[in-house]
Amino acid sequence: MTPSADSGHAILLTLQLAVITMLILLLLATPLAWWLARTSSKWRGVIIAMITLPLVLPPTVLGFYILLSLGPDGWVGTLTQSLGLGLLSFSFTGLVIGSVIFSLPFAVYPILYAFEMLGSRPLEVAATLRAKPWDAFFSVALPLAKPGLLTAAVLTFAHTVGEFGVVLMIGGDIPGETRVVATQIFGYVEAMEYEAAHRLAALMVAFSFVMLIALTRLRKRAGTALP
Amino acid sequence: MSTSPIFLQLALQRANFHLAINITVPPQGITVLFGPSGSGKTTVLRCIAGLEHASGRIAIGNEVWQDDQRQIFVPTWQRELGFVFQEASLFEHLDVRRNLEFGLNRLRIDRQAARGALDDAIDLLGIGSLLDRSTVNLSGGEKQRVAIARALVTQPKILLLDEPLASLDVARRKEILPWLERLHRELQIPVIYVTHSLDELARLADHVVMLDQGRVSAIGNLQAICTHPVMATAAGDEAGVVIESRIQRIDHDFHLAEVSFGNGTLWVRDGGIEAGAPIRLRILARDVSLATSAHSSSTIQNLIPGAIESITNEAHASQALVTVRCGEAMLLSRVTHRALAALQLHTGSPVWCQVKSAALID
Repeated sequence: MTPSADSGHAILLTLQLAVITMLILLLLATPLAWWLARTSSKWRGVIIAMITLPLVLPPTVLGFYILLSLGPDGWVGTLTQSLGLGLLSFSFTGLVIGSVIFSLPFAVYPILYAFEMLGSRPLEVAATLRAKPWDAFFSVALPLAKPGLLTAAVLTFAHTVGEFGVVLMIGGDIPGETRVVATQIFGYVEAMEYEAAHRLAALMVAFSFVMLIALTRLRKRAGTALP
Repeated sequence: MSTSPIFLQLALQRANFHLAINITVPPQGITVLFGPSGSGKTTVLRCIAGLEHASGRIAIGNEVWQDDQRQIFVPTWQRELGFVFQEASLFEHLDVRRNLEFGLNRLRIDRQAARGALDDAIDLLGIGSLLDRSTVNLSGGEKQRVAIARALVTQPKILLLDEPLASLDVARRKEILPWLERLHRELQIPVIYVTHSLDELARLADHVVMLDQGRVSAIGNLQAICTHPVMATAAGDEAGVVIESRIQRIDHDFHLAEVSFGNGTLWVRDGGIEAGAPIRLRILARDVSLATSAHSSSTIQNLIPGAIESITNEAHASQALVTVRCGEAMLLSRVTHRALAALQLHTGSPVWCQVKSAALID
């Protein structure tokens, strides 16, 4: 294979991983943030700490434990094997699981913040206007939390694109299956193919920059003039 | 319109607050819940709406919204009420029209009835020109008018207003008060209005429930409450009566309007209101002095004959608050005990009330 085809595969896989991770996280983090914003449960602190762990742990530590649990002797591995799904370590699915855990705080925090800023008033107003709780959530809380949801989407996408340690640990850098841009660059450098590494690395820098600019723009628009 | 009264029996125990009320409220007109902050008036309103849960019983006419003995607690969204919060709390992601339609879309009524309800509310609050505006750049007064209209669109059985003017500056208050007065004249449903403003009470109230530290300290119609000792104490320097009357005629030469009152008439400043129109007058106790005969040589032209109904002591030992019956109506006068002694005035004594000033408030 030519280096550029390798890069192409890696880019495609990275985008796939990032989009899937982002979608899963939005579906997962929104109800979680909603619960955290409104609960007075004594478990709130523990759960917030657990969500925050990926933020402070080295990605290799996180990746190591996820790898162990996905492996043949891990609890997830035992489960998937008994369900006939085989092992998820060193697979794309395993990578998705790792990415979701790794980027969880980047999804939960912006959405949680948006819900907390909202307060209970808009929901009270909705209730006095005959909206059932579910109705109020979808017609009032979610639209008003849009800036938070946008931030969560962009951050998780970008964070997944940029991850390395977790991916390397869980995925093992298998071409076409788990080799993403970050590990591909590492591979190029190890093989002394600096020019190929350079092209891909520069692309990453440009991409990250554009993402951050887009985020600022989106937030600005969502924050001031809503249609 | 319901003809059965509104029944409220509520009890709530919190760290520094104990609420215990058991009252009935007439099913028409504006009932003002009046009291200092922390007296529990907003809590009562939120309990009626089901936004807070005290123990007890709440019935609006024949509809029971809460009855602990029968384990009934109707959730807010199933209570046919309109609620206006202190801050307008419009939905910022929706324009004015969509804010108004929010409740409407959740009613089970046909399109034509919905259209009618929407148009009525828009007319009543005069917000026709705001419909396509974003809620963000409305003035405080406009926002609150939209919020009131939004609540009325759902055709509620009762309208609850929680200090709707408290977050507005004086100019905005003046802008929105006429709309509230119009609501008062034209609305067929009962309104419960929470405020700590005497001015709003004087303008809008038909009935008053005075709350103090979670308990009812006085209850009655506006006239009875004005002369109630609890209100006189709470109002302090602002103690006085509110008179509902009509303008008899206008004296264009002197720019005065004549208002029938008690056994006589009062001349007040002509505020541009036509003869025959219903008005409210506020007469403060400090603006009424008492005389044993009708002077003809005083600059005070408003003289009303009456008889002393009662004399109560004021906070300061030198002062007394005198209630004077003038026919059907009552006046309050703040005088010194020394003056009462010098003129030998007692309960039952005939007096002439000299009204130095009376303010038109409607």
